[in-house]
Amino acid sequence: MDDGGKPTLKLMIVDDSNIIRRRIERSQQIARLEVVGAASNGREAVELFRRTQPDVVTMDLTMPEMDGVECVQQLVSINSNVLILVVSALADKATAVDAIEKGANGFLCKPFTDRQLNDALEELLSGS
Amino acid sequence: MLKEAEIRTFIEGATNYFETSAQQSATVGSPYLVTDGNPGAYEYTGIIGISGSRKGVVYFTAPRGMLTVLLMRMQETDTSDENIKDLVGEVANTISGNARRDFGKNFVISVPVIVAHEVDKVTAPHSRSYVIPINWRTHSAKLVVCLE
Repeated sequence: MDDGGKPTLKLMIVDDSNIIRRRIERSQQIARLEVVGAASNGREAVELFRRTQPDVVTMDLTMPEMDGVECVQQLVSINSNVLILVVSALADKATAVDAIEKGANGFLCKPFTDRQLNDALEELLSGS
Repeated sequence: MLKEAEIRTFIEGATNYFETSAQQSATVGSPYLVTDGNPGAYEYTGIIGISGSRKGVVYFTAPRGMLTVLLMRMQETDTSDENIKDLVGEVANTISGNARRDFGKNFVISVPVIVAHEVDKVTAPHSRSYVIPINWRTHSAKLVVCLE
């Protein structure tokens, strides 16, 4: 439990960039989120997801091995209650709509400020 | 061949990157056309292959000094060669991905290919490239757009 009495939620970070993975871990200030792992591609993310069973995922889209949209579909098929925030540079509306239709719950466009990241995570969690 | 509005898309992408990620504005010099297939490069280059509705490459190239300071502005303490290469690819990826706001979903971008310490290996696939000079703090970099 965090100070507000709400249960702690497990966060997994998926991005092929090490500096973005580290930045999200460093910048997220949501007290009830605890980072349980990070993956650099979709395939790795699916394995880590099964092992750590996170409640919340930040998901890049353009990645090697398995892209983010396919990964979103696989994670949702494993646990339909997972909350997924897509964090991607792909700024066209069609991509955001596609990700949401595949099961993502929010979209944050890169580049982002710390505040934008935290606002997006807060909004994602507001329904949980 | 790029239209003026399309070049503006990449200029806005570059300035937005520095403004948002580093919280410090960059200035952009006048874009110019290179017709000899050799737009030039600095020590680190992140190259994005473009396919779909357009074909070619977009690359961001910068010296180590600029990338090191940019990492530090992002609160990153690890300024190893690996992270510098990661950053130059991420900048290229972000600017290219943001361009889909104007170019649309069929402007398909690859994952970044990084060339470091081998300036001669950075070449454009076509003879004509637009070079967008970027100045940030005391450093200079280039965004090169080479599309059919």
